Amino acid sequence: MFLKLHKWSETNALALLVLSFVVVTIGGAVQIVPLFYLDNTIEEVEGMRPYSPLELAGRDVYVREGCYVCHSQMIRVMRDEVERYGHYSLAAESMYDHPFQWGSKRTGPDLARVGGRYSDDWHVAHMHNPRDIVPESIMPAYPWLARTPIGSERIAANMRAQRMTGVPYTDEMIENARADFRTQADPDNGDVDALLARYPKAQARNFDGQAGISELDAVIAYLQMLGTLVDFSTFEPDASR
Amino acid sequence: MRDALKIAVWGVLALLFAIAANWGEDAVYRAHALILLAVAAALFLWSIRTAGAPVATAGAAPAGYMDGVVRAGVIATTFWAVVGFLAGTYVAFQLAFPVLNWDLPWTSFGRLRPLHTSAVIFAFGGNALIATSFYVVQRTCATRLWGGNAAWFVFWGYNLFIVLAATGYVLGSTQSKEYAEPEWYADLWLTIVWVVYLAVFLGTVIRRKEPHIYVANWFYLSFIVTIAMLHVINNLAVPVSIWSSHSVVLWPGVQGAMVQWWYGHNAVAFFLTVPFLAMMYYFVPKQADRPIYSYRLSIVHFWSLIFLYIWAGPHHLHYTALPDWAQILGMVFSIVLWMPSWGGMINGLMTLQGAWDKLRTDPILRMLVVAVGFYAMATFEGPMMSIRSVNSLSHYTEWTIGHVHSGALGWNGMITFGALYYLAPRLWNRQGLYSLSLVSWHFWLATIGIVLYAASMWVGGITQGLMWREVDDQGFLVNSFIDSVVAMHPMYVIRALGGVLYLTGGIIMAYNIWKTIAGAGAAAPVRTVAAE
Repeated sequence: MFLKLHKWSETNALALLVLSFVVVTIGGAVQIVPLFYLDNTIEEVEGMRPYSPLELAGRDVYVREGCYVCHSQMIRVMRDEVERYGHYSLAAESMYDHPFQWGSKRTGPDLARVGGRYSDDWHVAHMHNPRDIVPESIMPAYPWLARTPIGSERIAANMRAQRMTGVPYTDEMIENARADFRTQADPDNGDVDALLARYPKAQARNFDGQAGISELDAVIAYLQMLGTLVDFSTFEPDASR
Repeated sequence: MRDALKIAVWGVLALLFAIAANWGEDAVYRAHALILLAVAAALFLWSIRTAGAPVATAGAAPAGYMDGVVRAGVIATTFWAVVGFLAGTYVAFQLAFPVLNWDLPWTSFGRLRPLHTSAVIFAFGGNALIATSFYVVQRTCATRLWGGNAAWFVFWGYNLFIVLAATGYVLGSTQSKEYAEPEWYADLWLTIVWVVYLAVFLGTVIRRKEPHIYVANWFYLSFIVTIAMLHVINNLAVPVSIWSSHSVVLWPGVQGAMVQWWYGHNAVAFFLTVPFLAMMYYFVPKQADRPIYSYRLSIVHFWSLIFLYIWAGPHHLHYTALPDWAQILGMVFSIVLWMPSWGGMINGLMTLQGAWDKLRTDPILRMLVVAVGFYAMATFEGPMMSIRSVNSLSHYTEWTIGHVHSGALGWNGMITFGALYYLAPRLWNRQGLYSLSLVSWHFWLATIGIVLYAASMWVGGITQGLMWREVDDQGFLVNSFIDSVVAMHPMYVIRALGGVLYLTGGIIMAYNIWKTIAGAGAAAPVRTVAAE
């Protein structure tokens, strides 16, 4: 039977095309499709929210420089990882990541919970030259981030595209995107309460310590919020997972 | 009429790209629009200059095989081999000596590493696959490529995609999906090229003069179709604006991880394995002058391999936030996959039955056979690393890098080198290669390079894994992360030296093929290559 079927496909190019295509679709369909409707794929946790405009811009710089090549953002459920990096990563913590930044290699340490671990000054010096802080480090230096101003002209368009992929940005968030962008890096001249109402736990300050908003401001804003949204003192893992 | 249409199309395209270069919202987009403008403008001028030139009359369709595009593919493959190996060796040195990042955006590791992976997988590997598939499908179907100049469109279109991808990485354009980094417009362009590739390949198979489709063509066809599916689904994205190189990938978080590694592992499967097995099924029997060992085994090999491989993706996500059921499925299918992989390997190796003595005298055959040997090693190591408890140690470490390279350098590299050495004299009507002893040099340099590479990364990876999880009797972690970085330094240096050897072998190959094409040394007999 099997050999007959094969003989048919071996003498008929279209049959070979269709049969081999059907055979390769099965595995992906079984593994991917259920992830979109099984409720226990992503547990419900409090605290998750979309990225603030400045954090989103910082994330884009993180992506642009290929940070994911050497840094993971996925703490596995193993004793040493939890000991080293903090509570294991939840699926919900990357639910607004398009795409995910879990990474596949740790040439450097995991960054899933790097938020709040170091001071802004530490990050400024470390980005300028990692070996000034950690002499044995092999991370490239990123001195141009502090020198490059970052504008908010396209942040609303970015958020609209994010919304089309399912990130729940409201009209209000998009209308105020540019104001929120400035406020988070320069809180003395903006409405911080409105920013915090839209993006709870957002940290607003001059991250790079220099005037104006640089790419470094955005990157540090992003790094300082990583892994800080979920409050693990009240988190109860769901037994069904 | 035809000339006027051509001139009009290129002119309009040039104008559109000029507009895009002007309105582009970011530097990458503008740079890419300028590259495309240059291409369209050159073709515009060329079509004006050749307008009215006599065209071969439609009645007399060109006879014989269409080998010009295969020759171009051989040259492109050789060129991208050297570029890709050079990039890889350079980033290897960057990890050992970070000063080589030069504190500049365009030379920093995060941008050059995707350049390296894309250059070897898609530029070197992809050109090798397009060239060999065009060569093999014509010979085994005894007919000329279908679609006339469409084959040239595939070649140039694919290489244009490579240029867009490579320049994009250096300038900072990436969607951060590994092995699928290029942005939306490059992805769209590749989709068009790929559909034409499928049409040319399938059209040629359909008008074959042999009743049966040869086994190599099953593998090539499956590769083309499956890569189309993987590429389109994985890269679905919403561009921020049509004047921007930036896009937002459709897939979120955990589902995105599953889609990415469904794609990523099957880039290994359907780009780096299935079509390279097609090369094995054609070039090993040809070079050994023996038929395939078992026809029935090749049937089982083909269907089981393509069915099982697609399930293996989740083994990249063990112990992560991906649900356990998906992880377990990925592990089980990865282990089962060992069997068809080795079935195919046995089919390739046993083809040498009665011709084993040729290994002593024929360095090209030696290359092909060692490639199959490395395939066997990598396809044993892979299933082993997909076991969750092994993966808990090996994941995130250099072990993965070592595993990938024993496959990429040993299997993909070596079998491609063998195929290039097989093709060069035949495509340019030469008696033989310029120098067989240079092939031997290449063989040994590459082999020793791989050994240095794989051994240092195995030792390095296991060291990392053990250092990260080491706890003292009080339950505290023993090593800080930077301790493991320090421990890697000698391994990184050895790995980079292995890369230097492998790169040197590649340069020797380029020289050898260049001299063969130039006709140095060997006399060129007249050979007619006609489709029967």
